[in-house]
Amino acid sequence: MADISFLLLIFFLVTTSMDVNQGLARRLPAPIPPDQKVEDTDINKRNLMVVKINSMNQLMVQGQLMDVKQLREEAKKFIKNENDDTWYPKLFEEDFGAPFGVLKYTKEHVISVQNDVDTQYQAYLNVQNELVAAYNELRDECARKYFHTAYNDLDEDTQKRIQKIYPQKISEAEPKNYGGN
Amino acid sequence: MAKIRRNDKREMPALNTSSLPDIIFMLLFFFMSVTSMKEVSLKVQFTNPQATELTKLEKKSLVRYIYVGTPTSEFRKQYGAESRIQLDDAFADKREIGDYIINERSAMKEQDQGLMTVSIKADKETRMGIIADIKQELRRAYALKISYAATQRTSY
Repeated sequence: MADISFLLLIFFLVTTSMDVNQGLARRLPAPIPPDQKVEDTDINKRNLMVVKINSMNQLMVQGQLMDVKQLREEAKKFIKNENDDTWYPKLFEEDFGAPFGVLKYTKEHVISVQNDVDTQYQAYLNVQNELVAAYNELRDECARKYFHTAYNDLDEDTQKRIQKIYPQKISEAEPKNYGGN
Repeated sequence: MAKIRRNDKREMPALNTSSLPDIIFMLLFFFMSVTSMKEVSLKVQFTNPQATELTKLEKKSLVRYIYVGTPTSEFRKQYGAESRIQLDDAFADKREIGDYIINERSAMKEQDQGLMTVSIKADKETRMGIIADIKQELRRAYALKISYAATQRTSY
């Protein structure tokens, strides 16, 4: 008996791989139907944050060179626009119901990520990660302010309501060749 | 008269092994429950990129994988050292992704079809051109839920 179970044990020991499947979850935009013309949607310049990554994995945010570590704070400032600055997205007032009440939020902001064909996958993922982190932190702050718990501990309905205040709008353009080899 | 016998040479009792099968079975069941069989034999090699905002992929049966990386040494002669795409057990061209996704989706239960997630397991050194091609193919096949496989980053 013990022999057989030893045999099985060793078999499972050898075949075991305890890898956990985790990753950065994203959602792709739906494809454009072939009969539909591509319209250039006119986005007000102040509502747009352009993040470009070149082939040397350098980052340019709103026309300025930036380190990826600063991106999270910059994105948070952009999404919140606390002081109603004219160079950050336009604020809209909306009633979100109790316990939020009437809040100002940047309804139409868009963060556009553009990368080069030669950009490294890790650099691209770093940018995506920081942007997702910015949204997650904002949502978490909101959850702590109104519900005094972490965002992840809230039920799904409440999470959806917070998501309405901070809607995730990361747009990805098709890769182009931006200079450099 | 009672006599206390004292053996000078006392022998050590044999180890009781009657509980050994129980212990082995316990270990066996542990490994059986944590085992996940390898889905495919990898023909490309890759190291996952690192990130912090990770979510776990919940249902394994709803996840399909696309591997991207350089061919392993035994395939290098045949396929070169450029990044390649692997679907299931074979190298594939990017044009085959659409068909593969549609086939896999139609094999699923109808209520699960909308929940299919595609996990892109790519090497961190991969150039974005190939990833962008994959993304375009996935969009065209309406596989919009994707996940970039990554490992937890501990520090910068």
